[in-house]
Amino acid sequence: MIWRPSASTTRELQAALIALLATIAVGSALMLIYGVAPAGVWLAMLDEITRDPYSLGQMLYKATGLVLCGLSVALALDAGLFNIGAEGQMTAGVLTCAVFGAALPADTPSFIAVPLCLVAAAAGGAAVGALIGVLRAKRNAHEVITSIMLNVIVAGVVLWIGNAVLFRGGTTRGGQIVDGAKLPELGLAGSAANWSIAIAIVMVLLLAWLRSRTTWGQAWRAVGRDPEAARSVGISVGRVQILVMTGAGALAGLAAANFVMGHKHAFEEGLGRNTGFIGISVALLGRTNPIGVAFAAIALGTLSAGGLAVGDKVPKELTEMLQGVVVLAVAISSVWVHRRSIASERPLVGKVT
Amino acid sequence: MTLAIEASVTKRYGVREVLHDATIAVRAGTVHALVGENGAGKSTLVKILAGVVRADGGKLSVAGTSVLLGGWDRRRARAAGIGIVQQHGASAQTLSVVENAVLGAEGGPLLSLAEVAAQLRALGDKIGLPIDPLARVEDLGLGAAQRAEIVAALYHGATTLILDEPTAVLAPVEVEGLLATLRTLAREGKTIIFVTHKLDEVRAVADEVTVLREGVTVATFAGELDVQPIARAMVGEDLPPATTLEPPAATAPAVLSLGKLSVGRDLVEVSLDVRRGEIVGVAGVDGNGQRELVLAIAGLVKSRGSVRIGERDASHDSPSRRLAAGLAHVPEDRHRGGLILDATVAENLALNRRDITGRFRVDRDAVRRNAVKRIAELDIRPADSDAIVRELSGGNQQKVVVGRELSRPRLQIIVAAQPTRGVDLGAVAKIHDRLRAAAKAAAGVLVVSADLDELLALCHRVVVLLRGRIVGELAGDELRTQTARGELGLLMTGGVREGAA
Repeated sequence: MIWRPSASTTRELQAALIALLATIAVGSALMLIYGVAPAGVWLAMLDEITRDPYSLGQMLYKATGLVLCGLSVALALDAGLFNIGAEGQMTAGVLTCAVFGAALPADTPSFIAVPLCLVAAAAGGAAVGALIGVLRAKRNAHEVITSIMLNVIVAGVVLWIGNAVLFRGGTTRGGQIVDGAKLPELGLAGSAANWSIAIAIVMVLLLAWLRSRTTWGQAWRAVGRDPEAARSVGISVGRVQILVMTGAGALAGLAAANFVMGHKHAFEEGLGRNTGFIGISVALLGRTNPIGVAFAAIALGTLSAGGLAVGDKVPKELTEMLQGVVVLAVAISSVWVHRRSIASERPLVGKVT
Repeated sequence: MTLAIEASVTKRYGVREVLHDATIAVRAGTVHALVGENGAGKSTLVKILAGVVRADGGKLSVAGTSVLLGGWDRRRARAAGIGIVQQHGASAQTLSVVENAVLGAEGGPLLSLAEVAAQLRALGDKIGLPIDPLARVEDLGLGAAQRAEIVAALYHGATTLILDEPTAVLAPVEVEGLLATLRTLAREGKTIIFVTHKLDEVRAVADEVTVLREGVTVATFAGELDVQPIARAMVGEDLPPATTLEPPAATAPAVLSLGKLSVGRDLVEVSLDVRRGEIVGVAGVDGNGQRELVLAIAGLVKSRGSVRIGERDASHDSPSRRLAAGLAHVPEDRHRGGLILDATVAENLALNRRDITGRFRVDRDAVRRNAVKRIAELDIRPADSDAIVRELSGGNQQKVVVGRELSRPRLQIIVAAQPTRGVDLGAVAKIHDRLRAAAKAAAGVLVVSADLDELLALCHRVVVLLRGRIVGELAGDELRTQTARGELGLLMTGGVREGAA
């Protein structure tokens, strides 16, 4: 069967592609201002990623965290909720995963330890997400405000817990998780890439299936597209919002599998920092489609890992800036693509009958 | 006599041609009715004239001067004296009437709102459309918001005023007022283009008529206007005769029982039974509690009192429980709560319908089969289950809502709010047929409508809401008399029914 994208899919692909090109253009302009030839930098970046197994591994490591946080933001956005709080949810997941993993008996076999630690990671994030969902559904507190607040609160609480009980002897590192809870590395030249990537892939496929093929997906997308219509056909909008935010929190929390179980094997201050925020860019660039999110995570992971690899040519702040530029580029390109396909046919105000 | 507007335009949406060389010639100082079924292209045509939508080709002359269609936009049209009041309104809801009036208009930076407000008020009073310029648009009823837009257009010096289905949202009394105002304006030399479905209004007010069908001008009428030929031109065939109503069995049980149902101060202790097979109408001027009544039955608003659906006491049930108990709800405004406009016809027809999709995994074949069936049943056009609902005409959008709601399993009671508002004659007939068929198939129907003709044609019994209370009722033969309209009108406006104790 040949895959033929629908009109709306084509539009989303166009928007994402234009945004990516615009980001590259802005990056090139910045490099010119800085005084290096852009083409050389971009090619070096791609060259590193494709030829050096270590750089490839670092890219995959970054992308794994970004996929999970990107899915978190994308799921919420699909239901009409802007989850700025993936960062806090991820941090909560990192804490619960590491604490739980360290507390298990030392000889716990991995077929028990790994699932338990994954559940702990998801539960930590889910608890924070659920709180945001409940505040939204029951108290009509806007999720952008509450999730920003919770980012700060979670960061503070986690650091406090670290200082009070976890950190060992003057370090900012907690106890090791048990061996059974560790996920093996992919073996790419000592890079941080590990088997949590399989979890990310499973989540992408699971979410893609739920979203397009189940009544759950239909319900949350209905709430996202028109809550009033959803309510009138009997969908409980509040319940969907709570469940979606719980799920979004769980996805962000699962990123701990990558950072804790796959790489550092302990709680560390600042572990995975900013992945939740860049996840917003990933979700937007992926147009909230799980498959799109996977590709967007690879693109931004490349930027992030590749940016380090070309650090001798341009400062890494330059490539970091581009992760923010992506958000602006997506916002502008999606409006533009939407206008081009719709506004030529229809006025911006009023309906055609 | 000079022509205020002469046009011949073509317009495509995607591959669909909605106007094909549609012509219209409007003499200055006349009321010109533009009629046609929904989807005929009336709204598109007037939007092109007013510069809201750009034509793909054709020509346009305004007051005898031909203009370039490529550059014809709202700004130029307004400068040329063309004002438009669109079907769904184009006011910013959170701003006041006067703030809306000055939005996007020419004027210095130091414009005095108080001064403009006073002028608007004076202008409104003068032409018989009283408005409160300081009220926020969201606080106004649809009728008052529309009056405000008309006055604002005239304030900006419109000499040609386009009204797109202005009477769809008005109560009978308001309609008469508006039609009288249109006549007055025409006498004063204004040109009026009046889009409507209702031929009695055409006869009452229009000097000339242009009939559109499927994007083509099929007929024009002038002088003494006769309704029959216009109707034939619109639908392209003779109208089917009105079906007679079978009364419900005397022993039929109530399928909807309301006991002292109240919502804040908007709905006050309404008690009402609808029996199996019965079609009950709710008449009233917009804003007298109809909206709250429907929402309270559907469980979408907090209420006191009791609601019984079929055998079940649903007073404390969630909306989804009520639907499961056998309620179908056609909401008042298909754009607010009825449809997901950016979803497809098939998706909307199966929206939260687990009886079609399956409980968890969505059976996409079943969704498609359901869509094909509903499309055939209601003649939804285009007959494409993958069409995006936003791109359908108003009448066809409404058919999608009706199709979804009336196909619910184990139907007990259908509550339909304004089921044919802004819908063309063909679709009205289809929707009425479906409601009658549902009643015949042993459900009850409660129809809330601002259109008395609709209620008279459809109902066994009509109750009248005034200030949130039921103030009167006409049933059976009382509805078939010549005076029924007048009596209902009197009740709706607070008069006392003759002969009532």
